[in-house]
Amino acid sequence: MRYIPNTSADQREMLASIGVSSIEELFADIPESVRNRFQPLNLPARSEMEVASVVSEMADRNKPTDAICFLGGGIYDHYVPSVVGNLLSRSEFVTAYTPYQPEISQGTLTAMFEFQTYVCELTGMDIANASMYDGATAMAEAVLMAERTRKRGAVAVPRSLFSHVRRALDTYCWATDIEIHEIGYLPDGTVDLELLPEQLSAVVIQTPNAFGVIESLEGVKDRIGDALLIVSCHPLSLALLQPPGAYGADIVVAEGQSLGLAMGYGGPLLGLFAARQEHLRQMPGRIAGRTVDVDGKTGYAMAAQTREQHIRRHRATSNICTNSALCALASTIYLSSAGSAGLKQLAALNLEKAHYLADGITAIEGYELAFTGDFFNEFIVNVPGNAAVIHDALVQAGFAVEEPQALQSLGLDNALRFAVTERRTKDELDRLIEVLGGSR
Amino acid sequence: MSTIFDCRCSEKVGGLFPEIDVPAKGAERLIDPKHLRKQPLRIPDVSEPQVTRHYTKLSKLNFGVDDGFYPLGSCTMKYNPKLNEAMASLPGFAGLHPRSDEGRSQGALQLMFELTGFLRGIAGMADVSLQPVAGAHGELAGMFLFKKYFEMRGEDNRKRILLPDTAHGTNPASAAYAGFSVTEVASDETGMIDLEALDQVLDDTVAGIMLTVPNTLGIFETNILQVTEKVHAAGGLCYFDGANLNSYLGKTRPGDMGADVFHYNLHKTMSTPHGGGGPGAGPIAVSESLAAYLPVPRVRFEDGRYALDWDCPNSIGSVHSFYGNFLVAVRAFAYILQLGDEGLREVSKNAVLNANYLQERLKKTFSLPYDGLCKHEFVVSGKGLADGISTLDIAKRLIDYGVHPPTIYFPLTVKEAIMIEPTETESKETLDRFAEILETVAREAKEDPQLLHDAPTQAPVRRLDQTYAAKNPVLSYPFEEQPQ
Amino acid sequence: MAYPTDYRYTKDHEWIQLQGNRARIGITDHAQAELGDIVFVELPAVGTAVQKDDNVGTVESVKAVGDVLSPAAGTVVAVNEGLESAPETINSAPHVDGWILDLEIGNLADLDDTMDAAAYESFAGGA
Repeated sequence: MRYIPNTSADQREMLASIGVSSIEELFADIPESVRNRFQPLNLPARSEMEVASVVSEMADRNKPTDAICFLGGGIYDHYVPSVVGNLLSRSEFVTAYTPYQPEISQGTLTAMFEFQTYVCELTGMDIANASMYDGATAMAEAVLMAERTRKRGAVAVPRSLFSHVRRALDTYCWATDIEIHEIGYLPDGTVDLELLPEQLSAVVIQTPNAFGVIESLEGVKDRIGDALLIVSCHPLSLALLQPPGAYGADIVVAEGQSLGLAMGYGGPLLGLFAARQEHLRQMPGRIAGRTVDVDGKTGYAMAAQTREQHIRRHRATSNICTNSALCALASTIYLSSAGSAGLKQLAALNLEKAHYLADGITAIEGYELAFTGDFFNEFIVNVPGNAAVIHDALVQAGFAVEEPQALQSLGLDNALRFAVTERRTKDELDRLIEVLGGSR
Repeated sequence: MSTIFDCRCSEKVGGLFPEIDVPAKGAERLIDPKHLRKQPLRIPDVSEPQVTRHYTKLSKLNFGVDDGFYPLGSCTMKYNPKLNEAMASLPGFAGLHPRSDEGRSQGALQLMFELTGFLRGIAGMADVSLQPVAGAHGELAGMFLFKKYFEMRGEDNRKRILLPDTAHGTNPASAAYAGFSVTEVASDETGMIDLEALDQVLDDTVAGIMLTVPNTLGIFETNILQVTEKVHAAGGLCYFDGANLNSYLGKTRPGDMGADVFHYNLHKTMSTPHGGGGPGAGPIAVSESLAAYLPVPRVRFEDGRYALDWDCPNSIGSVHSFYGNFLVAVRAFAYILQLGDEGLREVSKNAVLNANYLQERLKKTFSLPYDGLCKHEFVVSGKGLADGISTLDIAKRLIDYGVHPPTIYFPLTVKEAIMIEPTETESKETLDRFAEILETVAREAKEDPQLLHDAPTQAPVRRLDQTYAAKNPVLSYPFEEQPQ
Repeated sequence: MAYPTDYRYTKDHEWIQLQGNRARIGITDHAQAELGDIVFVELPAVGTAVQKDDNVGTVESVKAVGDVLSPAAGTVVAVNEGLESAPETINSAPHVDGWILDLEIGNLADLDDTMDAAAYESFAGGA
């Protein structure tokens, strides 16, 4: 057994010191009727080499690099600098536990503090936690937090929220008896805030939204009474766009995958969660705070722990314990290595390339943008003919584009969504335009 | 501890991305200028050598399993096999977008399907979802399943969850988060659930019980079958917190003990790394009566193809963006493949042997509230060791001897608790050394207690003032404090 | 620290200083010692009506939260706002300056299960 250091001699000595003659005796406390119920899985022990071979074969079958990726919807194909993976793999980061003993966890805690700072900077908010599981549960927790704060029993949620976020929100709200009022969208793709119900704990807006359209948050906070304004945003776009904090958002959440995380078939991901200072006591999640030690040296420790489950138990602001710490570290290293200049350049590359592609596609007869609103790096195109057929043609030509059925829940029947990142070259964009033009 | 914000900025670093290759129009022409950022981002521009030095230095301030003994009770800090890391970084997994066509995701779907099968078998239960991404997340999903179950049966008065007084904080938090109220059931003098106390609280307002097996004292509830029978007889369901699976892996199964929902902590039992606080994974196994309610999508295998099934009308919906922490599942899958049936069995055998060995030795020095067979962990108390010495003092002094302290002040039922879980990946030599260290610290506590009060002195920082931190919260870098 | 002999005490480690129907309430020296350095106090709103054993506030230290439970049914008529900026007063002067709220009591019989100083002292000693 490769991972078990004890020899049979060790085991014998240990058994003797305990005063039993076999390891089996140490399981006498398990009721006899169930003591040996494990059914083998018919798995032999395998060498590392064999396992590597079996698992690699499964990985190879996916061939993601064979297709040029235009998939989006919250997860994007970005370039991750080599320094991120290299530093992230340091075992002191990887194999450490949650920093309950801060004196020997200053690495993790300092990085958490930096991450929180980055999140506050990007979102324009006062306080941020050290991560949630993903953007979808971050949204769910934001809604629950708003409900704890306002207790109105209802929230307004736009149709233009990512469907995967909506699905998780539906589940969490069903479980906690929070009514969801869905609000529609205008022809330009932006949210329609007319006829908002009264008595809401929160109004949720996503920007850019599921259509890729950038929402205008100006004046929204003033129109919603004392409901909390929850904004879900795209973190990379915040290098270019005004942050939700500038418009008085109460809570800001986001999916942080685009900040240096692998796509990883959807997990692990990274939930960003930020809020106004006045909401600190209701905020879920772990937070690192700065302090000093007995010598007056600066250090970091977990702050405001009385909100958390290990102290508050059934009255905690969340049940979250393990979050996405290593992913938060990856984002921190990513942001540190890109710097503000790198991020600005990145945002510009994403913006320009997406618009270049959109221009090229909409120049083809029959193709038009589904919405006229401004967009960042993702847009939806109404297509001529059958979207499924066009989708298949694109796949055949070596492009990864999402199936049109995925957009049906957003009310779009014959459309395709394209996300363009800095990784897409002009050649790739031209080729896609060519394929679409040729497939008329 | 300096942060990246304290590093000297370079003028223009760049070099990560190429120059733009499409004709650039400028942001002000592409989107309404009112949307454009007004305040510059205070994200530092630092050269790569500086970034590398900074995070390398930070890493050296940490202590991980690879550095030394980490006997954190309830956390199963076992060795994280490096093979798993290599498998999780394979481009075919790491580079796969979750919205990829199924035809291009067959390898990933197969892995999820097969892992689901392994976890079903290990639990001895009807079905499994890989979607929850942490133990507490699995608990929450489990509570949602309870709610759905009773909703479908029209039993909407079942609003209470029972928990032993030794329960981990996430248990009551998860129950409350899902809208249940919690009722504590006292333990008896053996540290196990008091069956009479249980009888008194069981009625038709109880949705079920949340149990950790073995419990957080490291003691196996010998009356577990009676507990689950009673709850079932009262019409309730049984949730098993699987944090302590390391103690009976390959030996017995929660399904045989009456569990209706069981969560795994892959980052505990299945060796995936803790990462300083995640990402983990908390797949849930369920009994037949709850299988239809599992989150969507499910992974199916039909006509030689793996597929995602979204058509589950009675599902509770989703609790995650996609399919759970897939790259964590990859690690667990590789681990189980490597261990095989025999290896799984050896895990619990050695984990339990190591714990009992250590308990036997340490009870000579520390008070052992429950002196009997333990499973993979045990709880001693710092109480009574020496006047004015707390468990906190003992823990901080252990740091000076190069080991990570055990879990302290949990479970709440033991005053000055010290919960020790060695795991199977530690040698007898390490255990003996740890015992010696604890015995030394116990002596110091009586002969030179100031050493404990002053500890740690050998760590990157001394004891941190948490009161100051709580009263003057500085939760992000105070840019305003710095001279421009 | 001595326990004032004219106060009543609850098993939840609160003290009550009664003047007619008006009770001043705080937590005991034992309670503050168990909690450690107090960093935050959540006070009820003046005018809140409460039942016996209702939660009327919380006292937080770095590592623990203590509930303040109302010893009787009544109405909150005053709170110690000074605790908002100086929560540590409860640590230094738990029985006087560290008072938390004043309660107008509906039924004095609600206090029948409280203890006197001597009884509390031995109760807390055994805790």
